[in-house]
Amino acid sequence: MKTIKRTSLLCGYLFALLLTIPKPAYAMHIMEGFLPAGWAAFWALVTLPFLVIGMRSINKMNAYNPRLKMLLGLVGAFVFVLSALKIPSVTGSSSHLTGVGLGAIMFGPTVMTILGTIVLLFQALLLAHGGLSTLGANAFAMAVAGPMVAYGVFKGAQKLGAPQWLSVFLGAGLGNLFTYIITSAQLALAFPAGQGGVMMSFTKFASVFAVTQIPLAVSEGLLTVLVLNLVSAYAKEELNQLQFNISSREAKL
Amino acid sequence: MSRAQTGRGNKFVMKNMLLLALVVALAVIPLFTSKGADFGGADGKAEAVINEISPGYTPWLESIWEPPSGEIESLLFVVQGALGAGFIGYCLGYFKGRRKRED
Repeated sequence: MKTIKRTSLLCGYLFALLLTIPKPAYAMHIMEGFLPAGWAAFWALVTLPFLVIGMRSINKMNAYNPRLKMLLGLVGAFVFVLSALKIPSVTGSSSHLTGVGLGAIMFGPTVMTILGTIVLLFQALLLAHGGLSTLGANAFAMAVAGPMVAYGVFKGAQKLGAPQWLSVFLGAGLGNLFTYIITSAQLALAFPAGQGGVMMSFTKFASVFAVTQIPLAVSEGLLTVLVLNLVSAYAKEELNQLQFNISSREAKL
Repeated sequence: MSRAQTGRGNKFVMKNMLLLALVVALAVIPLFTSKGADFGGADGKAEAVINEISPGYTPWLESIWEPPSGEIESLLFVVQGALGAGFIGYCLGYFKGRRKRED
């Protein structure tokens, strides 16, 4: 009960904080054709090795225990659902959650590179949301950097002795936020301002992208805690095998 | 089921309901606090910033296919959400049923 009280207090505070930032902002993936070809190719190449590592992780996991596939499907479906829901934010615009934190915490970050990229590809092809030329950049933001931060923050918080729910909440929330910070950085690098250069551009894009994302990052943290609660209540067996990430499972082998 | 177990179950449900309520509140409250905002998810706004910084930039590629109307687009988004949610429900139901059988 004490933790619930503390959570709601914290959320109330964060929320009050957000009400003081009345700025229209929009947050989405980078649209088709909106990164110069050189940058588009650069981000695609940066993302590629993570896809290879992710593929190998999934294969290894599959060989170890095919029954984990169902859980993998579940974390993939979580990304799928959350990417489809555009949620209004206090800034007066809408954006969506990424959902990659859950899988990153359970399976490790590179597995989510695969699942996140699949979802981005689907949205680029069928929904004209994001794009094929910007797929590499968007995948790096949402499926490489986001999961890495989620995983790192979760592990770090656990090491510092934070309760599991708090570590999950912080990991997923900050992973979400970081995705859009990377998106802003990618746009800033490609479009440095005439005066002030990349940093000036970054401030501009970040105020457009990241602020809307803060309340949604809180939502992402809360939802991830919720789903992990359900999974650990009903699928303890699988979670124990994962031990919440692949590297420690491998250490056990 | 013993009384203690029921108590624990209730607490579990309560906690999750609270989490869900917070998420819903975070989504609903902006509708009241930012009245008059258009809540557009328009990618056009990022486009506006790009135009401001480097006027004259034109996207060098168009989407191969775009949903012909807003309705079709929301249809596809709903299908995406429904498929994902359906699968999550199936998994959780499967795990829950399996645990019940084992008990």
